[in-house]
Amino acid sequence: MSDSRLVVVLGATSAIAQAYARRRAGTAARFALVGRREERLHAIAADLLARGAATAEPVVTELAALDGIEGAVERIRARFGPPQEIVVAYGVLGEQASLERDLAGARATLDVNFTSAVLWLLAFLKQHEAGQPLTAVVIGSVAGDRGRRSNFIYGAAKGGLDVFVQGLAHAYAGTPVRFVMVKPGFVDTPMTAAFVKGGPLWSSPDRVAADMERAVRRGARVVYAPWFWRPIMAVIRYLPWFVFRRLKI
Amino acid sequence: MDRSTAERQKVYAWGRIEPREHAVVPASFADEMVAAVRATDKRPLLCRGLGRSYGDVALNGGGYLLDTTRADHFLSADWATGVVRAEAGLSLDALLRVCVPRGWFLPVSPGTKFVTLGGAVANDVHGKNQESAGTIGCHVRRIGLARSTGEMLELSPDAPLFAATIGGLGLTGVMVWVELQLVPIRSATMEVETLAMRGLEDFFRLSAESADWNYTVSWVDSLARGAALGRGLFIRGRHAAAGPLTPHGHPRLTVPHAARHILNRGTIALFNFLYRTRPWATGRAVMHYDRFFYPLDSLSHWNRLYGRGGFFQHQSVVPMKHAPETLRSLLALTGEHGEPSFLAVLKVMGDRRSPGLLSFPMAGVTLALDLANRGESTRRLLDRMTDLVAAAGGRIYPAKDATMSGEAFRAGYPAWRRLEQHRDPAIMSDFWRRVAA
Repeated sequence: MSDSRLVVVLGATSAIAQAYARRRAGTAARFALVGRREERLHAIAADLLARGAATAEPVVTELAALDGIEGAVERIRARFGPPQEIVVAYGVLGEQASLERDLAGARATLDVNFTSAVLWLLAFLKQHEAGQPLTAVVIGSVAGDRGRRSNFIYGAAKGGLDVFVQGLAHAYAGTPVRFVMVKPGFVDTPMTAAFVKGGPLWSSPDRVAADMERAVRRGARVVYAPWFWRPIMAVIRYLPWFVFRRLKI
Repeated sequence: MDRSTAERQKVYAWGRIEPREHAVVPASFADEMVAAVRATDKRPLLCRGLGRSYGDVALNGGGYLLDTTRADHFLSADWATGVVRAEAGLSLDALLRVCVPRGWFLPVSPGTKFVTLGGAVANDVHGKNQESAGTIGCHVRRIGLARSTGEMLELSPDAPLFAATIGGLGLTGVMVWVELQLVPIRSATMEVETLAMRGLEDFFRLSAESADWNYTVSWVDSLARGAALGRGLFIRGRHAAAGPLTPHGHPRLTVPHAARHILNRGTIALFNFLYRTRPWATGRAVMHYDRFFYPLDSLSHWNRLYGRGGFFQHQSVVPMKHAPETLRSLLALTGEHGEPSFLAVLKVMGDRRSPGLLSFPMAGVTLALDLANRGESTRRLLDRMTDLVAAAGGRIYPAKDATMSGEAFRAGYPAWRRLEQHRDPAIMSDFWRRVAA
């Protein structure tokens, strides 16, 4: 079993991360489950083991503690060895209207969704041996495709992350290090608990996870999950300003 | 998560008779389930899984509903012995996907796999193998139960609360996890034999002759009258001895929200005729367990076929001594209803006792049928059916019921007082308010 892939899941308690890890558990992967709440990480570890994971262990850490990231990566590598896959799955949505007046909250939103994610990726890449294969799966959002009044602070963080991962993919082109940017639309998870759900645009975490798994298998660079967000976001990106400015989206 | 994340929602039961307003609290992990029942609030709480109960056992109008469907983690699984312990929100659908490839199957399967483990235990569900296997409660080894007192109990079969919780309609506390003994299989396919029944005599004869078959069920054409009463198909099956261990797929068809009342006398007559007379209806076949156990699961939201008014289900069991004449009377009564029943199902039940205080099955015959909701006349019909069942010493299945009187319930389930004693004071359901208040 020691030759099975090590998957480091950052934000392992997120609904999409859980659904993705469950799918990967069937391939006897090893999991390092990184998150804040130890009891829940243990529950996820037990769940993945029952579903076929070779090993699954919690790593309790504050994901958005920017100063601790490099040390945490060193500890993870010392304990589990070099990862073959990193999944960046954590994030906070925040409420746009209040964040615009709450600067500390806005900063936290950017730190969690953008700055810390960038640092985790840089820290893993810094310690990665050249020539060894690695896949980084990063969960962004359709909100990062164009700034919209309803969620542009969260959107700016996810859009920044998109550009960052794009640059990494460019920098590592021709090496066995690959990057997959996942852009989910509306997903029925605890993160979106405040929304009225239902209707054709909402999808389940497992649907998104299935698209992620396929993208990783096929080596896609960017995947919209589900697929229909790609044409929707293409329209939203290219709407001329005189139309876009009137939209309440 | 505490109750502050509650969201006001109108919630329907599976019969879609009328929605009731609830504050819905989602739980994704065990600690959230425990916290929800400990929170102090005057309004009562009730767990709800996948909402397949027909009437009001999973409704708690004006109170809280704890949505457990995301709390679906395996806590442990021993694939050498087939013992799994999982959070109560795990669906049988998800459990089968994991256990079938490893050569294990549910010891008892209800008619749909879209129920949670917690819901299956709370209603002590039975299946086509009730005669040999009893209910799901017969295969539960341990239950993790959180009480509003703050206790987290691990119940073993010798604990009085264990018996109260199995078939306890979710009233004894919040079921956090269930430990279940699965049964080994060597194939995901079933050997199935379907035989024509010309009437009720055939049903009783074939039931008696099917001891070699683990699973039996009969479908009855509710339009048949007189001598043909009870005509239909007798279906018996067993796990195939060899074959692939491939789990089921995903449903492909969905009934849209806007569905009108598609099931009416004409469509049902046509369906029943074709279903019974199609040339391939009878004979032997090998089929996947999904087709054998869960034929309706392939059509998502099939309950919308009854249109806006929704529908009722009557499921009763009557002791064998009175079964023939009671079944005749029940089937004749439904014939008087303007619209026939789409699905009428008959099955012999055995005397294997469940540990559950309020378990539904008893040795005898069970009849289940759907009735479109046509208002007062349907309710009167259901009352008359309930009276017939009570007179025969039988009882009605709470998971299916929306109409039985308190007297009928208390007569059918004399142990109800003991469940009331074990009920967690922070928990209540519309069903319990209706029949036990």
